[in-house]
Parts: sequence; C-alpha cells; structure tokens
Amino acid sequence: MDLSMILMKLAEGMLVSIEIFVLTLLFSLPLGLLVAFGRMSKCLLLSLPIKLYISIMRGTPLMLQLMVVYYGPYYLLGISLPRGYRFIAVIVGFVINYAAYFSEIYRGGIESISLGQYEAAKVLGYSRTQTFFRIILPQVIKRILPSVTNETITLVKDTSLAQVISVSEMFIAAKALASKEQSVVPFFAAGVFYYIFNYLVAFVMEWLENKLAYYR
Amino acid sequence: MKLLELKNMKKGFGSLEVIRDISLEIYQGEVVAVIGPSGSGKSTLLRCLTFLDTMDSGELTYMGRKAVTTDRSGRAVYAPPETLREIKGYFGLVFQNFNLFPHFSVIRNIIDAPVVVQKKSREEALTEGRGLLSKMGLADKENAYPYQLSGGQQQRVSIARALALNPKILFFDEPTSALDPELTGEILKVIRDLAAEKMTMVVVTHEMTFAKDVADRVIFMSDGVIVEEGTPDQVLGNPKHERTKAFLSRLES
Repeated sequence: MDLSMILMKLAEGMLVSIEIFVLTLLFSLPLGLLVAFGRMSKCLLLSLPIKLYISIMRGTPLMLQLMVVYYGPYYLLGISLPRGYRFIAVIVGFVINYAAYFSEIYRGGIESISLGQYEAAKVLGYSRTQTFFRIILPQVIKRILPSVTNETITLVKDTSLAQVISVSEMFIAAKALASKEQSVVPFFAAGVFYYIFNYLVAFVMEWLENKLAYYR
Repeated sequence: MKLLELKNMKKGFGSLEVIRDISLEIYQGEVVAVIGPSGSGKSTLLRCLTFLDTMDSGELTYMGRKAVTTDRSGRAVYAPPETLREIKGYFGLVFQNFNLFPHFSVIRNIIDAPVVVQKKSREEALTEGRGLLSKMGLADKENAYPYQLSGGQQQRVSIARALALNPKILFFDEPTSALDPELTGEILKVIRDLAAEKMTMVVVTHEMTFAKDVADRVIFMSDGVIVEEGTPDQVLGNPKHERTKAFLSRLES
C-alpha cells in the first residue's frame, strides 16, 4: 500500500475527528457559560449539584465517561438505541466533559473583572443583561482566551478517545492501517495530521488574541 | 429647587453602624463638598444615594419622587425597579478609580449609555459626546483607548461619560484620590468649570482647597453623622465643633 492510500484513509478518519471537534466546541462553549452561571448562583440547590457535576467530569477519565454515555442507556435502563447513537454518544460525552472545563475557565474570567465595572454600568443605567453582554463578557473573552486555546488543543487530541466506542475517527483508521500494513508509518502520519490540525487551531487562536489586543 | 432630600438615613454592615442618622438636602445649582476622616461614612453615603448600596432605613426623594420610604417597622422600602430606573437618570456618579470600560474607545465610553440606555440616536449622541470631549480638553482623544490615557485624562473621560446622560446631580467619590498630585489640578478645574455653569454637584473629597474655593456648602462627617455644615468659611475657617477642629488641624500638620 502506498503512502497516498494511507493518507486517504487517514483523511477520511480526520473528517470524523474534525466533526467531533467542531460539534463539541459549538455546544460546549455556550453550555459552559450556562454552567458557570449555575456554579456562581447563590441558590445552593443549583450551585451544589453543578459543583458535583464539574467535580465528576474533571475527576474521572473522559474515556470512561464516553463509555457510560454509550453503554449506560442499555445496561442501566434497558433502552436499546439505534446504530446512529454511537456518534451522538461521542458528542454528548465530549460536550458535557468540555462544558465542565470551560465553565471553570469562564468563572475564573468573570470573577476577575473588577466590581467597579459592574457599578459603573449600574449607575449608567445598563440592565443586567446589557451589562453582561456589552461590558463584562467581551473583557472575559479576552482574558480567558489563552486558557481556552489550551483546552481546544487538548480537545483535538482527545478526539482520538472516540475509538473506545468504535467511532471511526482518525486514530482507529491509523491503527487499522498499521496492523494491516505491519508498519508504523500510519501512526507517524496520524501524528503529523494531529500536529497540523493543532497548528491551525493555535494559529486561529493567536489571530483572535491579536484581534483583541487593541486594549488592555 | 430641591433636587434631593434624604431623611434619617441609617446604614450598617453587620454590627458596624456606618451611617447613624443623616438628613440632607441638595438644591439646584449647589456645589456641596463632603469631608471627614476615612471611615466616617462619606463614601457609604454616596453609594446609598446612588443605589450602589441599600440603606437600612430612611427616606430618599429625588425631584419630588420617592426612591426610598420607610415602613412602620422602620425598614427602608425601595420603589419598584421601573421607578428606580427612571430616578437613576437624575444623577451621575464619578468614581475614584474612573471605572472606564477598557474595551471601548473614549468616544464609545461616552456615547454607549446614551444610545443603549436612553435610546438616543447615534448621531445625536456622537455630537453631544464630541462636545463634551472638547469641553474636557480631550477632543483629540476620541479614538484612544482608556489605557492610553493618563489618570487625569481618564477621569475627565469618566466625567464626560456621566455628563452625557444629562444628570441633574453629579456625585463625585474622591475624584482625585487615585491621581498623582500633579494631576489633581486638571480635575479640580473641570469641576470648577461645571460649577460656573451651575451644575449641581456633591463631591466627597480630601482636597480642602477645592472645598474652600468651589463649594457653596461644606458638610463635615464623622462617625456616621453630620457633625457640622455650612459655608466653607464657617466650617473650614471657623469650625464650631471639636471634632471638626481636630480633623482640620490634623490635615494642616
């Protein structure tokens, strides 16, 4: 098998990895903000369960979480789910895990904004929603961008965990090729693919950081 | 015309009584300086007048509209949110630390609230904002960001930001305390200019020269009460109470 064949197969898997990556970010970034609000809520009925949720998401392996989301409905509740559930389970697993991490990043950012910003907005007559979206959130985004970049890069590599429930992303493709060809070339090639993917992610995030560098 | 009337205000934090009993009236066109040692409750008074803190009891009326009343048990009852929102439009507040929005340009800091909160047209807000900026001597800083300005310039922007909403009363919370000494002059000049235009202002300050030169009335606070009030000549030149004398002599030494 020639290299172009290997690359083709990997690229197919890569598309699935990209899909997991994009969908996870798309849902976990907004969800993380909601979770952060809940975590900061004064209502203990809300903040305590959310604290527990974050603690579990951060304290157990993502691989395990994916398996629970995929096998849980059947083994725990006896519900058999259609074939397409495999991919949905991956997205759900990734989203709830990453939302937990993002929520803590948001919380750190929100809590780092000085009280004076809220007070100035209040005296000027901004509503609470206006204050958050016009005054606070833009400053939060600028501050948390480096941490978000870190998480995003980790996410690219974490997509390989989808293999535990047999979603055919790039890593599965690489493994299959390697055993079929009796060669490590597919693994190296996969490594290069991940690296390029992350290089692009870092590039985009740096561009964003520069875009927000117009103020301090 | 009476713009503000405060009656028997009390405010504590836990067991600490910060404001014990304060009544106060502010009239159209007056400049009132509030002085006193730190911990005397000056800033808390200002924060309660601007709804940043809630008073425990007392009555507060702006332009004849009740913002706070006291129920039979003596507890403060605030007017409904819509009323408070309207009343908020009567006053502006200039902070010690400016609290400009760092991600907005100078002009956006000034026009954003008029456009977003007061629903003014952008053009109108821009014209007024530019007028205010040149009044503050900052016409060339329109597109700068707060971090590019000196403390004195930032404070002038924050004064313009407060004025852009056309308040009836402008409160200042130690507007020069965060500034290098050589920069306080430019802020005092702005306040003096506003006083000449008959802007009603209440200024919590440590600047005695300002209290002496600009204020129509000086209020000396200590331990959560107004100890003495009157013209600058009376309070600063010829204080009657021991506590006032002690405070002033400490400042001179």
